[in-house]
Amino acid sequence: MASWKTITRRSFIVLGAAVVGGAAFGAYKVAEVPANPLVPVPGSVPLNPWVIINADGITVIAPRAEMGQGISTTLAALVAEELDVDWAQIRVLHGPPAQAYYNAGFVERMSNEPDYRLSKADNTPNAVLAALPKILSMQMTGGSTGAIGGFLQMRLAGAGAREALKAAAAKRLGVLPDTLKTEAGKVIGAQTFTYAELAEEAATLVPADVALRDPSTWRFVGKSMPRLDMVAKSTGTETFGIDMTLPGMKFATVRMNPKRGGPMASFDPAAALVLPGVDQVIRLGSGIAVVANNTWTAMQAAALVDIQWGPADYPADTAAMLTRIEAAFATAPDSRLRDDGDVETELGKGDVIEAEYRIPFLAHAAMEPLNATAWVKPDGAVEVWCGNQAPILTRDAIAAALRIDSAKVTLHTPSMGGGFGGRTDPVPAVLAARIAAAMPDTPIKLTYSREEDMTQDFYRPAAIARLSGRLEGGKATALWGRTAAPSATHSALGRLIGFAPPGPDRATVEGGFDQPYGLPNYRYDGHIADLTVPLGFWRSVGNSMNAFFLESFIDELAHAAKADPLQFRLDLMRDTHAPSATLLETVRDMSGWDRLKRPGFGRGVAFCYSFGTPVAEVLEVQDTPAGIKLTRAWIACDPGLAMDPSIIEAQMTGGMVYGLSAAIHGAITFDDQQVVERNFPDYDPLRMHTTPSFEVKILQNNGTFGHIGGVGEPGTPPAAPALANALFDLTGTRARELPLNRTFNLMT
Amino acid sequence: MSYSLSINGATRQIDLPGDVPLLWALRDGLALTGTKFGCGIAACGACTVLIDGQAVRSCQIPISDANGEITTIEGLGQPGALAPLQQAWVTHQVAQCGYCQSGQIMQAAALLSATPDPTDQDIDDAMQGNLCRCGTYPRIRAAIHDAAQMMKAG
Repeated sequence: MASWKTITRRSFIVLGAAVVGGAAFGAYKVAEVPANPLVPVPGSVPLNPWVIINADGITVIAPRAEMGQGISTTLAALVAEELDVDWAQIRVLHGPPAQAYYNAGFVERMSNEPDYRLSKADNTPNAVLAALPKILSMQMTGGSTGAIGGFLQMRLAGAGAREALKAAAAKRLGVLPDTLKTEAGKVIGAQTFTYAELAEEAATLVPADVALRDPSTWRFVGKSMPRLDMVAKSTGTETFGIDMTLPGMKFATVRMNPKRGGPMASFDPAAALVLPGVDQVIRLGSGIAVVANNTWTAMQAAALVDIQWGPADYPADTAAMLTRIEAAFATAPDSRLRDDGDVETELGKGDVIEAEYRIPFLAHAAMEPLNATAWVKPDGAVEVWCGNQAPILTRDAIAAALRIDSAKVTLHTPSMGGGFGGRTDPVPAVLAARIAAAMPDTPIKLTYSREEDMTQDFYRPAAIARLSGRLEGGKATALWGRTAAPSATHSALGRLIGFAPPGPDRATVEGGFDQPYGLPNYRYDGHIADLTVPLGFWRSVGNSMNAFFLESFIDELAHAAKADPLQFRLDLMRDTHAPSATLLETVRDMSGWDRLKRPGFGRGVAFCYSFGTPVAEVLEVQDTPAGIKLTRAWIACDPGLAMDPSIIEAQMTGGMVYGLSAAIHGAITFDDQQVVERNFPDYDPLRMHTTPSFEVKILQNNGTFGHIGGVGEPGTPPAAPALANALFDLTGTRARELPLNRTFNLMT
Repeated sequence: MSYSLSINGATRQIDLPGDVPLLWALRDGLALTGTKFGCGIAACGACTVLIDGQAVRSCQIPISDANGEITTIEGLGQPGALAPLQQAWVTHQVAQCGYCQSGQIMQAAALLSATPDPTDQDIDDAMQGNLCRCGTYPRIRAAIHDAAQMMKAG
């Protein structure tokens, strides 16, 4: 297998002079690519930061982390498309922390303009290049940006490598590169060379110009490719971070202050140290670690350490926190990212419809508990294996914690057993490194218990929303939404980069302010609550909050107008954004919405345009003796360009299941400043028998190749309101609070 | 104390206290990491293995009680020699993160050995203890039906 090393930084700027060609783009000069962090090892030649060639085949170095969303397969397909290799020749590794692996896709998340209003020019590669300096250090997986950022970058990597290989062959044959063909990992001319034979020489060549393939010739992009991780994940041979095995390795767990951010007043390890197999109890400031000869013993021992915890600086329980959130409505809005027309005058005419909604904190609860493996070497360097969404930040946090130079940290990013936004924080990697520093030259695998994973998470904020609207002649004339919540962005970025960026916090209002509803008077405000509960990015971030508020309220307006809720939405959307309206028509037809409803069944519809991709969902529920059952779901989405339909279908389905799980069961609550929910019985997801059947349609009307939407998150936001609206249809009871199992008898 | 376990057709010695659960003996003691830790309280099914053909939660079985023939995901099939269930998992592109899939496949293996041609209700009943946070349930269901047909055809 090919491998990367970060010991030195030799540079192969294959793409430095590359020119992008092709009818879709015109031609652009590509800005200088940061240094190649890959160095050759015997038999393995990096042609550029994304492509390594050796005798076994092609290794694609993925700039984004795999946590189930299928990004490693799609990024590899983009390289393979240009490189002319067979799919069986391709392997994928995650890259080291390096600027070369910046995420160009994040540029599309930097605007406070609703996405559907952005012009095509805002979405061209030029815009990506213009923002390059801004995003240069952002080697992050998140925001449903992976395929968007990779679309140009990875094809250029493949094309640049291909042209360098052709140039090497041309030199040997004494012909012009244009006279040569590439196919199945070979350059073909008067003589045929394998890529491996040419790689070493090709790595020294800079191709004069690189043209990207015309989309009409694509063989991989747009097709459902066999996922490169599928065999390993079906045979137990995929190595997740938690599976790291090293010679002489010890096993650790942690117990950190459940009153988050509070100090540890004192601890007594005596009862833990007498357990057979326990090596050490290590003080970690606001908690302890136990190191043992197996993980289970470490966990048993950690529970036996007698610890006095100091307090956190947030209120004692959920009720007091909600009071704090409610108080934010009395403060000046942090944002007013939408203010169309004159909401106050229109609502001043009277007959205003109002509703208040409340939603709880949520945990990520990925199947793989948080973990990291660290090994402090005799020379003081440290090697860490930790599934993470932000390698540069994680590496630097490890270096800061151990007071060593970042160059002495080698960080590996193995596959993650789910992420959902919960693996952005470097805490597990830092704790593992600190434990390892206390036991030099002993590899330490830190595994969180499920209880520790759930109570030490960085949560989706709880929030309260107040919405007002007005109808005239059966049509909505005004809508004013106000969301009050502590800011996940401020909390997370405060931890990750040390400060909260200035300006309005989009995440508090996204999914509310930016929807393609053509209301003549449309205002959306965000109020930031003063609450220091540690927060993070949860699949679809603010969209998961505001889609529930807005789509529940639109439903309430529709019913007040005695209108069909799907047609009511369609009427508001048709003249504003045609691709979104088409999705509503699509789920209407897929679900047989216009046919007579079956007795004993209810149906709900919801929509959300998030991460560049509008999604409409219809959910059917049935009253059964075992409780209300979710029977069938229909999803229509439009990512603009469907790079891999099978993966998109899986992400839409999985995204909706994730949203439904939270809508029915999900609530993180606090008592005595500690999270009450500790394991799956307290935080249950959907299961085989409670999951509906799915039908998914993927449309490609939303822009041309200049616009590509994400797919990892957009399936989640419409899930909760679609279910709440279906339950209203079935029972006549309007859910204004999540989770829904507090109000309805849902099948478990 | 040392225990002798029969795993995937071989006898393995494990030098850990008798109350250590089989899950951790497999993972930490024998580096058989295909079996996953998810909850530690038999609430998620990620650690499912077979003992004498029955699906059990290995996080609940102390090694002192782990008598019988133990089959883990590594014993079901290999990347180059997939079992029918694993082949169906690949055909249907079931896995997303993949973390729960070892347990799902072992649970499905026990189902198919008891019920070679399961109905949807049989699948609901057998599989409802195995959690998947990625929401792969519809593809798991399709893959189990497909594997049943493959195995019937021989």
